[in-house]
Order: sequence, then structure tokens, then C-alpha cells
Amino acid sequence: MSNAILECCDVRKTYQMGPVTVNALRGVSFAIHEGDFVSIMGPSGCGKSTLLNLLGCLDRPSTGRYLLGGDDVSQLEDDALSAIRGTRLGFIFQSYNLIQQLSVVENIEVPLYYQGRPEAESRERAIELATRVGLAQRLDHRPFELSGGQQQRVAIARALVNDPLVILADEPTGNLDSSSGEEILKLFTDLNRLGKTLIMVTHDPDTAQICSRGIRLRDGVVESDSRR
Amino acid sequence: MAATLQSAGSQGKKGGVIAFFRSIDLVRLSRAMRLGVKSLWMHRLRSLLTVMGIVFGVCSVIAMLAIGEGASFEAQEQISRLGSQNIILRSLKPPDQQKVSDQGSQSFVLQYGLTYLDIERIRETIPGVSIIVPNRLMRDYVWNISRRVDCEITGTVPWYPSMRNHRVQSGRFFTQNDLDERTDVCVLGAEMLPGLFPLDSPIGRDVRVGGAYYRVIGVMEARAKPARTEEGDSNKSAAYQMFIPLTTATTRYGETLIKQRSGSFEAERVQLHEITIRVANREEVIVVAEAIKDLMLHHHKKKDYEMTVPLELLKQAERTKQIFNVVLGSIAAISLLVGGIGIMNIMLATVTERTREIGIRRALGARQRDIAMQFLVEAVLLSGTGGILGVMLGIAIPFFVSHFAGMKTIITFWSPPMAFGISAIVGSVFGLYPALRASRMDPVEALRHE
Repeated sequence: MSNAILECCDVRKTYQMGPVTVNALRGVSFAIHEGDFVSIMGPSGCGKSTLLNLLGCLDRPSTGRYLLGGDDVSQLEDDALSAIRGTRLGFIFQSYNLIQQLSVVENIEVPLYYQGRPEAESRERAIELATRVGLAQRLDHRPFELSGGQQQRVAIARALVNDPLVILADEPTGNLDSSSGEEILKLFTDLNRLGKTLIMVTHDPDTAQICSRGIRLRDGVVESDSRR
Repeated sequence: MAATLQSAGSQGKKGGVIAFFRSIDLVRLSRAMRLGVKSLWMHRLRSLLTVMGIVFGVCSVIAMLAIGEGASFEAQEQISRLGSQNIILRSLKPPDQQKVSDQGSQSFVLQYGLTYLDIERIRETIPGVSIIVPNRLMRDYVWNISRRVDCEITGTVPWYPSMRNHRVQSGRFFTQNDLDERTDVCVLGAEMLPGLFPLDSPIGRDVRVGGAYYRVIGVMEARAKPARTEEGDSNKSAAYQMFIPLTTATTRYGETLIKQRSGSFEAERVQLHEITIRVANREEVIVVAEAIKDLMLHHHKKKDYEMTVPLELLKQAERTKQIFNVVLGSIAAISLLVGGIGIMNIMLATVTERTREIGIRRALGARQRDIAMQFLVEAVLLSGTGGILGVMLGIAIPFFVSHFAGMKTIITFWSPPMAFGISAIVGSVFGLYPALRASRMDPVEALRHE
């Protein structure tokens, strides 16, 4: 087994909602290794979203350490977190979250844009990835001209464009019909087979079946962590 | 790696505004602009309407400045024609003349106005006065065989043209010799040539006034409008002017003028209708004018004259122009402010509407300043486009105004760049708050936004 590329050590997150203090995460610890395909499951309100936001460097834990690629990123400044998100993480959302005014290829380019990569190089890479997810014919289409499955494939290409350490997927099949959902999941398994590390939040046990490892959360703590 | 990340983060915070500007490189800026154009193009109507606010602000600034500048230029032109070193005295029918003639205690001839004695007094008592031009004005018809023009005949002295900035167009003005000899010569104003000599040159020809013939020796340059700012009833149509030697005028007309007015005769005795006094030193004009005023007040019991000081008028015109400019400036500022508020309003709406997009971009690695720049660029694009359109419209409007309304307009070279610059500043100032608001959104919240 290779070294951990992502490690949480006693991560806690508390929110202050008016007079009430909400303990969303009460000490979560786990390590994820290169090539893992992890599903995170749990009932609603168990802290799944909070955990994903922390893993995605969109938020900082209240206490605890979060190591990503060997660096502690738990208390970084905002700009540094942006840089981390842009270079080490790939996001896939339930509602695709493509930018409506941009074409397919431009959407895929966005992460590279914020790293200030040369335009020609970005374009080349974006076209290559669009082809890889089967959208070579739709490079100049806008998101609203695509089906849900196609949009999610654009999002996958976008998540791959910066060659991230980890891809974070938040209910990636939640808005899709079963056949499109299967296509997406097949793409995921292919990517995993090529060595990509994926973390997928889902509440569908069947979807979680394809993962090599399942983490269950309950009330802000890890309930179970099992490998298949 | 962690160390470099930390330092990058703290640098971003410390640098603040400076770091923001340092982070703008041209490639990013041009990309941001293309992105901005794309986003604005998605809401064409909305962008157009927002731009309109700036367009009208900018074009009204330029157009109003051009019209104001033109008007004041014309006024100053007229005043400077009177000569800035001159003081002009004119005879005026006293306001209570009706009563005097009704009483008829002395004679039926009304006596008023400036006299040769006034000239003597001024010349004797007031220093720094160089040339004095006495004028007599008569209204009469001037004939060339069967052609006739209603004209104001000015009896004056040879140095009149240089005093009143009125140049001779062709031929010559009369000389001291003509004045001494009381010759029957005249100089015509160029305006009356079409009516009197439509085909050939008038010089050397004779015109008839009443029973006397005058030889035309010269023609004066045309003047766009009468130089007088206040018109008495006697010189309403001063556009047609003819000049004869003062001595000739006295001989021909005597000192009593008889006017026929609505069926009754009216006789009045006026020695001089106009005296133009040149002050040697421009700085002394106002002081000399005061002195002359006192002198005249002392010797004329009735207010039968008026005094015009072109320099004073000029200064007044300048003051008026200043006030005008301040008023224009405030109007312009207000209209641009309104345009700016429009931009701010629409940018705030856009930011709210695109909260989700902001969240996505932040998740994909956009820094706060990237987001701020994106929205700031959009605001500046809106106001810049408005500025360019406004400048074009603002240059076009004065052109139409002078073409159709016949008003003179002057577009000063600095007004279009200034108006454009202000509009760009307005865009960045009013775009700043929405842009900062966009950049400070919490990425998690923004992504959750529906």
C-alpha cells in the first residue's frame, strides 16, 4: 500500500447558529491512499457535506489536522486554499455546476485559467479530455444544449483537467436517470483503474457497491470504515 | 511546500490593494475582458439600458459644454468688437421727456444728450485718456438711383475704424482732410451692398441721401451682428451703416433732428449721439470709467446718456461663463452619478444572480481577487462602452445644434477625453463595491445558492 495522500487527524467542526453551537464533526480521523475509491455514506445531518467541504478546502476545520499531499492545509489563508483547490483537487457536483455562458471546452478550461496556464496549452488539454469523456462532437455547445449525463461528463473532464490528487464527487448520479448514472459510474471505475483517487459522497448503497472502500458517518463521527 | 503556501497566503493578505494591482497582468486582463463581454452579451438588453445611463451623462456633458462655450465665445466676440480699452457714452432720451414736451415751457424742441462740451471736459480733466471719437447718428434712406436702403448714418472722425475694431474692406476711410474740408464722401457698410450696388463696385459712385450726394470712397467689413448690447429705438437696424465725416454731418443735418412718428412730428436737438473714449492703459479702464461717470453725473442733471464699458462687460461675461460652467459641471456630475448608481444597481443584481457561478469558480481555484477583477472589469466595460457612445453622441449633438438651430458651438479638445475619463472612473468606483461583495462570498454558501 502506498503512502496516504490525504489524512484527517481528529478533525472537528463547530458552527455557531445563533445561541446554539452545532457540532457537525466531532473528531474524524482517516487516511486515504493513492488509488483508493472511497464512498462516504450516512444519514442526512451526519456531517457528510461538512466533511466534503473540509476535504475540498472550501472550509477550514475548527480543530484537527488535515494533510493533503503531505502538507497541512487546515489553517491556510484564503488565497493559498484557492491555489490548493486549483491544483490538487477536482470537484464533481450533484447539479453539474457548469458555467452557463461558457462552452463545453471553455468550462473544462476554467481550473487551468485560474492557474494562469497558456491558453493554447489549456485548449489542447481541454479538447483531449472532452474527447476522453466522449464529447468530442460537442466542444462548442453550451451546457443548456446538453443532457444531464453529458453535462456531468463535462464536469468530470473539468475535474480531471488539472490532474488532481483527489477527485471529490458529491452525489454525482443524484440528478441522473439510471442509465446515465451507470455511464458516469463506469467512467469513475475506469478512472480508478487508471490510478485516480476518488472520494464519492452518496446515499445510494448500490452506488457505493462499486467503491473499494466505504466510510460511514453518523452524528459527526466515523461509524465504520470497511474495504471490499 | 507548506511553507511556501503559508507565505503566499500571508502575502496575499498583507499586500492588499497593491498586491491586487500587481496581480493584474495583461493576459489575465484581456481574458477577463473577453469573459466580461461574454457575460454582458448574455443579458444584452439589460447591459444596453445600463450603458444608456452613462451615454446620456457623458453626451450631455460634452454637448452642454460645447453649446456654453460657443455662446460665451460669441458674447465675448461682440464685446471685444467694442474695444476692451474703450468707454462708450451714448445719448439717451431722458425717461421724463414726455412731460417736458407736454409742458412746452421752453420750446417744442427736445434738447438732450452729449455735447461737444462733454468732450472738452473729459479731455481737460481726466488723465490717461487718449483718443476721443464723437459720433452723430441719423436715420435716413440712402439711394442709388432707384434703389433704396434704410440706413443709419454715422457722422464720425477718421480714426473711428481703429477705435472700434472695424476694418475697411476696400477703398479707404475718410481722412483729416475730408473732415476739415467737410467733403461729401461716404463709406458704406458691406451689408448694404447687395441692396444698393448688387452688380458692380460702389467705389467712385455716388449715393443720394435726402437732397445731397455723397461719393463712395470705401466699404467697411461686414459685421455679423450689431455690436451693441443694448439697443435704443433710434438704432434698431444698425446692420446697415454708412459713415460720413462728422463736420459734413453737422453741416448737412444741423443740430435739430426731426422725426416723424405715428403721424406727429418730433424735434430733438442732440449734439452728439455717441462718444468713444480710449484709455491708454488697459488697467486704468475701470478707474477712468468711474471718473467719467462722476464728471457726467455732475454736469448732466437729467440722465440723458448711458455709459458702456466693454471691459466690464467682458469681465461680467467671464463671470457668467464661470457660473455657467459650475452649473454645467454639477448637472454633469449628477447625471454621471445617476448613471453610476445604475451600474452599481445592475452589478449588485448580477452578483446575486451569479452567486452560484462565483461558488463554482472559487471551488475551481479562483482567488478572491480573481472574482473581484471579473466583476470590476464588467462594470468598467459597461461604463467604458457608455463613455465611448456618449462621446460620439456628444460630438454629434453640437454639430446638429449649430446646423439646425444656428447656434455657435465649440467642442473644446479636452472635454471628450475628460467626459470619457470620468465615466471610466464612475464605472470603477461604482463597480468596486459589488465586485468586493462578490469576492468576499463564502464559497460553501455560494455553491449552495439556488
